[in-house]
Amino acid sequence: MYKIVRKQELNPTVTLLEIEAPFVAKKALAGQFIIFRIDEKSERVPLTIAGYDREKGTVTIIFQKVGLSTNMLGALNEGDSIRDFVGPLGRPTNIEGKKRVCVVGGGVGCAIAYPSAKAFHEAGVQVDVIAGFRSKDIVILEEEFKAACDNFYLMTDDGSYGEQGFVTAKLQQLLEQGNQYDEVLAIGPIPMMKFVAATTKPFNVPTTVSLNPIMVDGTGMCGGCRVTVGGEVKFACVDGPDFDGHQVDFAELMNRNSVYKARETETAKTHMCRIEKLGKDLIK
Amino acid sequence: MANMQTTKTPMPEQDANVRNHNFDEVALGYTAEMAVSEAQRCLQCKKPPCVGGCPVNVRIPEFIAKVAEGDFMGAYEIITSTNALPALSGRVCPQETQCEAVCVRGKKGEPVAIGRLERFVADWYMENVNKMPEKVPSNGKKVAVVGSGPAGLTCASDLAKKGYEVTMFEALHTAGGVLVYGIPEFRLPKAIVQNEVDKLEAQGVNVMTNMVIGKVLSIDELFEMGFKAVFVGSGAGLPMFMGIPGEALVGVYSANEYLTRVNLMKAFREEDDTPIIQSKAVAVVGGGNVAMDAARCAKRLGAEHVYIVYRRGEAEMPARAEELHHAKEEGIELQVLCNPVEILNDGNGRVGAIKCVRMELGEPDASGRRRPVEIPGSEFELPVDTVIMSLGTSPNPLIRSTTPGLETNRKGCLIVNEDTMMTTRDQVYAGGDAVTGAATVILAMGAGKKAAEAIDASLSK
Repeated sequence: MYKIVRKQELNPTVTLLEIEAPFVAKKALAGQFIIFRIDEKSERVPLTIAGYDREKGTVTIIFQKVGLSTNMLGALNEGDSIRDFVGPLGRPTNIEGKKRVCVVGGGVGCAIAYPSAKAFHEAGVQVDVIAGFRSKDIVILEEEFKAACDNFYLMTDDGSYGEQGFVTAKLQQLLEQGNQYDEVLAIGPIPMMKFVAATTKPFNVPTTVSLNPIMVDGTGMCGGCRVTVGGEVKFACVDGPDFDGHQVDFAELMNRNSVYKARETETAKTHMCRIEKLGKDLIK
Repeated sequence: MANMQTTKTPMPEQDANVRNHNFDEVALGYTAEMAVSEAQRCLQCKKPPCVGGCPVNVRIPEFIAKVAEGDFMGAYEIITSTNALPALSGRVCPQETQCEAVCVRGKKGEPVAIGRLERFVADWYMENVNKMPEKVPSNGKKVAVVGSGPAGLTCASDLAKKGYEVTMFEALHTAGGVLVYGIPEFRLPKAIVQNEVDKLEAQGVNVMTNMVIGKVLSIDELFEMGFKAVFVGSGAGLPMFMGIPGEALVGVYSANEYLTRVNLMKAFREEDDTPIIQSKAVAVVGGGNVAMDAARCAKRLGAEHVYIVYRRGEAEMPARAEELHHAKEEGIELQVLCNPVEILNDGNGRVGAIKCVRMELGEPDASGRRRPVEIPGSEFELPVDTVIMSLGTSPNPLIRSTTPGLETNRKGCLIVNEDTMMTTRDQVYAGGDAVTGAATVILAMGAGKKAAEAIDASLSK
């Protein structure tokens, strides 16, 4: 069992959990992911690692409550435990050989962009961060980002905080102003990553995206996470999750990720009783 | 006096049209009377060929003699003196190509039903005794076993019996490897696998799940932690696809993914959370045992039509005759001499049909089987909403890519000394599919056993 030692609600739908997992904490690097499973009947769900503390032996995850499993996870509290927590899986973000990068995060994707920005920053790389949110009330990790970069640009779709506009507008502006980046790292919803890649393409800036396809085992065995990159089939769990954004077939990925959408919406409604029951069992 | 009946005592089974709607075990097992009667068919050969036909050299005539006497406990002790997992091998071994293939009774009629008898004895023990083994006093030497499939289970069990302090690492959340994620409940109930894992724990084996060796710990780190030897039984690995258009459509699974969702994650049960597509018509591409398992799962999950699409003929299928027979009984439809060329989009990004071309058999190829050749202009479409690719696997690179000095062959399989199962790294042993590529449970068990002997010999010096 893996114990939750800290819980923080970052906004109404996004939760941070710090979980005791010493083996994972010892090896985790920015860009890698874990797979969690709440109880005996739960599915295996991959989440990118948001942080780790090697001394304390804890790993931090930040997630949006969108489906059954993330809602159930979000219903747990400090002191509760989950059945499984395995990692670190996948390859870490490649930090080496760069002088200046731009990290672009969108929504809850900022939770994953943050450790990479921090890793670059700690390695002495000059880091610009563009973080985008729908509106002010869902902004997360603002202070953390500011401490982990050289220039921080906060964008909101509705202009309720920071500058009004999409992250791509800011990125376009920075590139047009002549800012030279060795890499742009984009992490967020698939359409955002697709448009970031389209924005950097004319400037020939190497662009890396972190993909989140559907997975089961996370070790290369099932092939459910296959994505097409530059015409080749890759398994995100062992070959990724970071890939060349100019080569990824985003339309295919969006389609593949929609496979269980209808069921998810349905179960999120009908299975709320399990979440309530889970709460009761834990009180016992 | 031997029972001279020329055919095996039939195995009681669930009716095909009942069982293709449930996940309960298909073969129900012999009664004590059936077992005694079948055991009396054994001629008790002085030089029994069956023992040599068994990868773990079960003393077959001796245990069968005990069954014939009604001494089932005695039979169990003889089997388990060389085979740690009889309830498993009795169910999933291809006896028809091993022990039973060389049985003298098979020359005139059917061989003795050795597998069914082995299963009977194991089940009898589990039901009537099931005493957990006791922990042998420790010899103070630590051995790591990577992977908890048939190779790992056997190796861990044999070493624990000799007093080694064994830690078995499993990447998934449940121990058992392919016995749990791959082979369906209706062929091998998971309670049986769990019972074997429980026995290992009773013997003092430390079973650690959620440990992906090669990621969370490297082989070198295991040595740093004080393990004196490491056995790698990490299994087959990455599923292969055909490379035809349409394989990225929603509704195309690898057999590994489909079976893992059904068997490990229990997607067939309403109360479990893991989703699986509710298919109406399914094409399973491939002709091996895994293809049969996937097809039979799809049928049980409610698909009206399940096709096995295979490019060679029925006689060339690598699946066990029994599995193919069971599949056909359950209503699986064969499309043999038929090769997929494209998976067609239904217009919404999901599978709408599979386009195939008819084949005919030409000259024998390197495998000795007649090579299938396309018949020009014979393309046709099979309307399906799900395609399951069951084409085999390529070895997982996680361990070899993080272990300096561990050499692999052209296919990526670990190279071992066949007498000791030691790899090209000192005190790193390997066996099972990680060495052979996709093979059988019993061969993996044989490799685990051989490695345990070699590890013991080396560490006892």
